[in-house]
Amino acid sequence: MTELNKAHTVVPAGDPAPSPAPKASAQKDASLWMDTWRSLLRNPWFVVSATLLVMLIAVALFPQLFTDHNPRDCPLSRSRQEPSAEHWFGTDIQGCDYYTRVIYGAGNSMAVGVIVTLSILVLGSLLGLLAAYFGGWVDAVLMRLTDLIFAIPYMLGALVFLAARQERSVWDVAFILIVFTWPTMARLMRGSVLAVINNDYVTAARALGAGPLTIMRRHIIPNSLGPVVGYAAVYTGVIIGAEATLTFLGVGLQLPAISWGLQLNDAQSYLQQMPHLLTFPLIFVALTVFAFTTMGEALRDALDPKSKKR
Amino acid sequence: MTGYIIRRLLQFIPVVIVATLIVYAMVFLMPGDPIRALSGDRPMSEQVQDRLREQYNLNDPFLIQYGKYMWGVFTQGDFGTTFQGRPVLDIIQQGLPVTLTLAAVAFCFQAIIGAIAGILAAVYKDSFIDRFVQVSLVVAVALPTLAIAFLLQLTFGLNLGWFPIAGTRDGMVSYILPGIVLAAVSTGIVARMLRSELIEALQSDYVRTATAKGMKRSRVVTRHGLRNSLIPVVTFLGADLATMMGGAIVVESVFNMPGLGGQVFRSIQAQENTIVVGIVTLMVLFYVVVNLLVDLLYAVLDPRIRYE
Repeated sequence: MTELNKAHTVVPAGDPAPSPAPKASAQKDASLWMDTWRSLLRNPWFVVSATLLVMLIAVALFPQLFTDHNPRDCPLSRSRQEPSAEHWFGTDIQGCDYYTRVIYGAGNSMAVGVIVTLSILVLGSLLGLLAAYFGGWVDAVLMRLTDLIFAIPYMLGALVFLAARQERSVWDVAFILIVFTWPTMARLMRGSVLAVINNDYVTAARALGAGPLTIMRRHIIPNSLGPVVGYAAVYTGVIIGAEATLTFLGVGLQLPAISWGLQLNDAQSYLQQMPHLLTFPLIFVALTVFAFTTMGEALRDALDPKSKKR
Repeated sequence: MTGYIIRRLLQFIPVVIVATLIVYAMVFLMPGDPIRALSGDRPMSEQVQDRLREQYNLNDPFLIQYGKYMWGVFTQGDFGTTFQGRPVLDIIQQGLPVTLTLAAVAFCFQAIIGAIAGILAAVYKDSFIDRFVQVSLVVAVALPTLAIAFLLQLTFGLNLGWFPIAGTRDGMVSYILPGIVLAAVSTGIVARMLRSELIEALQSDYVRTATAKGMKRSRVVTRHGLRNSLIPVVTFLGADLATMMGGAIVVESVFNMPGLGGQVFRSIQAQENTIVVGIVTLMVLFYVVVNLLVDLLYAVLDPRIRYE
């Protein structure tokens, strides 16, 4: 993707230590993170998506700053108005100010995205690390487990599980998405760890008598987490899309929650008469997913010098 | 090679068993009594209820139910009967052509458009075409399926009126929009992969040799460059085919198509457990078999790979 930034060639394949070691501060300018940062800034895709993301996160955290209306103030007398100066996105079937509804919808989407991504990042990396480090039966069991979950389309698993629940909160949706998406992270981390585990510095640490915990913490995790973090950002976009889809299909979040998926579901019935009810939440879902995915890929390219852009 | 296939097939057995078991458990532990739901508000005598329970093995412990069901599937191709008394196989046979057509359209789309975009971008590297392809790929990969679906419905279905937006009544035309939606993300990935592979191949020594011998550029690209670059792309396409069943659930629901994906969605909501389990079993088998074929295809395409 980042062929657009020709200058992005500088990340050294050496030792990407995650936190700047005390020694490194003397030559801070050449540290991996400074290099990464500089190469990211030269990547127009990163700049665009990061700006977008900061705005969307602000909207999700403080929706009241972006609108004067109350999303629950819905007089039926002004049902189904076209967009106007007073109501930027028009009003929906209940007479709610649609702009406000869409703005308030950001919170739930972001919440599901962040909860799921952080959980699978921790869970997946940990299991991937254990599988790669200990190998043998630990590896065999964990990898067969991922095979298994991959064989069930996650949309299907989520549909079956969620359809069985009467009340579905953000946590229910997040939980089932975690169950079906952690294997991707685990496999990535496993591959990433296997790539560094035979390096000389690991052997050296082992020869010096370091225990498994020290080796993992000091040497393996810092050097293998980069690509996984990039994918995690991409995955946040995928998860937000999945939440919107599940909610749209009627097995995700439920009223009275305010969510883009619910708005899309409502709007589909008025596709012919009021296409703008569909357009506005759709634009926000698309922008959010786009921002996460694009930023994640920029991060991945910058953090992982070996990544061949596919 | 034969040994490898046998070993892989043996490895599949636990995956298939446990994956179907999980889905079977999730479906059958759902709350609600399907037999009671069958009669609705009207009372149903205890005897009839018992008879029906016996018929659907609902009185057996869970594992026995599962065992009986799987035995039927693998020995007689019997996917069970719905609570309305219709064989599930019937429903599968009705939906399968729709889903397979959809998958085929999507597959052609991502193979052809993805390949053309990737080759153009690689051959005219850094030109306007390359930039254009790159930007559209970033967008195609980053947009959620749902957004692409509605975007196409709104523009090409509603505003321009070129394609139908629901059902399959208009024959192949009605498969075009859903096919594009199902293929969108993978098209982007195919084009990207092919672009970077082909750029690398075009810089290699054997391509320079071919050019130096005076071979036409188009022949160099197709005969020498593409031949090696296509290997990872073909394997990706195969692996992607295996995951298409999951995507079909969303696409068929949005476009209201009578395929397996839409059917499984409706059955989940209607608590028609046997249909859900039947279709899921089929999907899992499909996934597992396609993945094996892809691994074998990889060995055929790339002679350096040998399975012991």
